[in-house]
Amino acid sequence: MAVLLKNGQPIPDSWIALDDTEAAVPDGPVIISLERWTRDRAALAGRNAPLGIRLKSHQLAPAIAADLGRFELVMLEFPKFRDGRHFSTARELRERYRYTGEIRATGHVIPDQYLFMTRVGFSSVEVPDGANLESWRLALNEVSVAYQAGVLDDSPLAGLRRKVAL
Amino acid sequence: MSGLYRYDELDRRFLAERVEQFRRQVERRLAGELTEEEFRPLRLMNGLYLQLHAYMLRIAVPYGVLSSAQMRALAAIGRRHDRGYGHFTTRQNLQFNWIKLVDVPEILGALAAVDMHAIQTSGNCIRNVTTDQFAGAAPDEAVDPRVYGEILRQWSTLHPEFTFLPRKFKIAITGSPHDRAALAIHDVALRAKAGADGAVCFEVYVGGGLGRSPFLAKLLNDQVAEQDIIAYLEAVLRIYNQYGRRDNIYKARIKILVHEVGVDKLREQIEAEFDRIRGPKFRLDPEIVETIRAHFAPPPFDTLPAESVAFEQARTADPEFARWCRSNLAPHRQTGYAGVTITLKPTGGIPGDITSEQMEAVADLADRFSFGEVRPSHEQNLIFAHVRKNDLHALWIELRRHDLATANAGLIGDIIACPGLDYCALANARSIPLAQQISERFADLDRQHDIGELKIKMSGCINACGHHHVGHIGILGVDKQGVENYQITIGGDATETAALGQVLGPAVKYDEVTDTVEKLVEFYLEQRRAGERFIDTVARIGVRPFKERVYGSAA
Repeated sequence: MAVLLKNGQPIPDSWIALDDTEAAVPDGPVIISLERWTRDRAALAGRNAPLGIRLKSHQLAPAIAADLGRFELVMLEFPKFRDGRHFSTARELRERYRYTGEIRATGHVIPDQYLFMTRVGFSSVEVPDGANLESWRLALNEVSVAYQAGVLDDSPLAGLRRKVAL
Repeated sequence: MSGLYRYDELDRRFLAERVEQFRRQVERRLAGELTEEEFRPLRLMNGLYLQLHAYMLRIAVPYGVLSSAQMRALAAIGRRHDRGYGHFTTRQNLQFNWIKLVDVPEILGALAAVDMHAIQTSGNCIRNVTTDQFAGAAPDEAVDPRVYGEILRQWSTLHPEFTFLPRKFKIAITGSPHDRAALAIHDVALRAKAGADGAVCFEVYVGGGLGRSPFLAKLLNDQVAEQDIIAYLEAVLRIYNQYGRRDNIYKARIKILVHEVGVDKLREQIEAEFDRIRGPKFRLDPEIVETIRAHFAPPPFDTLPAESVAFEQARTADPEFARWCRSNLAPHRQTGYAGVTITLKPTGGIPGDITSEQMEAVADLADRFSFGEVRPSHEQNLIFAHVRKNDLHALWIELRRHDLATANAGLIGDIIACPGLDYCALANARSIPLAQQISERFADLDRQHDIGELKIKMSGCINACGHHHVGHIGILGVDKQGVENYQITIGGDATETAALGQVLGPAVKYDEVTDTVEKLVEFYLEQRRAGERFIDTVARIGVRPFKERVYGSAA
């Protein structure tokens, strides 16, 4: 089981990630793939429970832009931690499409990316079971100065720089 | 001290935290918490490579400006942790080739003590920004590129969105019409200039790069306003991060995206993104620019006459000094001053290598003669940007004592070479011993001066760290069934008239390279017209006659 982190702390996960092969959609919050949303959108749109969508690393923000109002969560998948496309996806969701729901990272992610993730708009991250949670917690405070605007930053401290630690 | 960006408390805090972070990353790797696959990009982003025999640490010299104190610190690290020397690279950085992993946190700490680091000198991120080595001194300069070099250094440092790009991303910047920063071979290149209204704006080029598919950068926009430059670069990088290829490491640079999509279509995408984000968030505040510009104010120049009597007398009296002046001086915008190139290319030497003793001598001489400032150039030399002509002879005498006064800047002995098979795990062939051989063959400096401007650039593999594609004579090491062979190109050019060299003919063997170079040079000397440089003659008569000279007319 993966552990869900928010602000460096484990939190309970109320979402169910649905496999594309599971025919029935349970009640309650579920996360579906973009493929399933495209296929079953008429049926899914009629549900009352919260809906989340999961994007593979080549599925970028414009692919769901028109439907963003339907999703309370966007889950962005990292097949390899070196595949950094979703750093841009998260940022586009926040700044271009003004998305205010949860953006969650999943897949192969490492603590050394955590601060970057929060700065481009991720709100939560699923880390693999057995991960050193202390490293994840520390990662948000290791470097307290940033030299450019993140999603949540407004004006810099001096020059281009700003303080970013929690 | 002017001419250098001075760190403040915030910059220092950042660096100290970054050193600690890397110390923990090393610990986590040793504890097995990070796999080697996971650790690798982290160490690369801190400049640490694993080479053939040892770790190599590449230290950032942002936009190629060092203080004398920083140079002394590098000398000390070279003595303590390497074998008493360092190596300047084609990206204005310094490499130590014999580093132990356990020493790295200590070295990073020693660097941080003089406001230096090794951040983003490697890895798939925005690399250390490079610029014109005569910034702030060149008479043709319209805008000081160091100001924007520093702004880009800050903006690109640990950029949260662009640290896991498809591939490395190199930016060069100049503020002059004459290109001394090799703009055309960079992923993005900027030329700062005064726009129609007199305000600073930028020409932005994209998609240059060498390696196995060489491309020259193409113009993306010829007038991006100063206040928009960060937004514009954010747009370029965001498009690249999302749409650059990740399926094949050899096709992952932005040059391939430009090539496959086409620059016009890519421009549409980039400018659409730019229009969306150019609002207040990414606007470069003029106050920030002015604050940073103040760091690069001109040093306290003396008011001097245009002609230096002492200089003219020394030149007349001392032909050896006069010869050095012919090749190693650059004009200066301030009356009575000159720029000086200290070539790290002694006869038979290793291009770019410098001993710790020499580094210390250079630091002392910089304090005495050039406002305490030293600049590595992309041609692997060191520059004193501002020397009084009255002092040139005294400086030359001191340089000569330290074997640093070789009169060959821009000449055939001023060879760019990558480390090659002697150090590098990627190389197919040696480059250093070959550079040494050519340098020995043309040891006669009068002969070098007679030949004139001729830039040999050499790489030990297709990755082209030695910029062979843009050498007047380019030499590329290739492996042919386990035997080192060298492909030779001529007519390449890295300046504002940039061109990729053309292949001369079949690759030659290791011990044929120097003879081949000599044949090319002899043929040029026979064919040249008055005032023609080697590449001018190649441009006029074409590659074919050179080819026939080397391979015989049957070729």
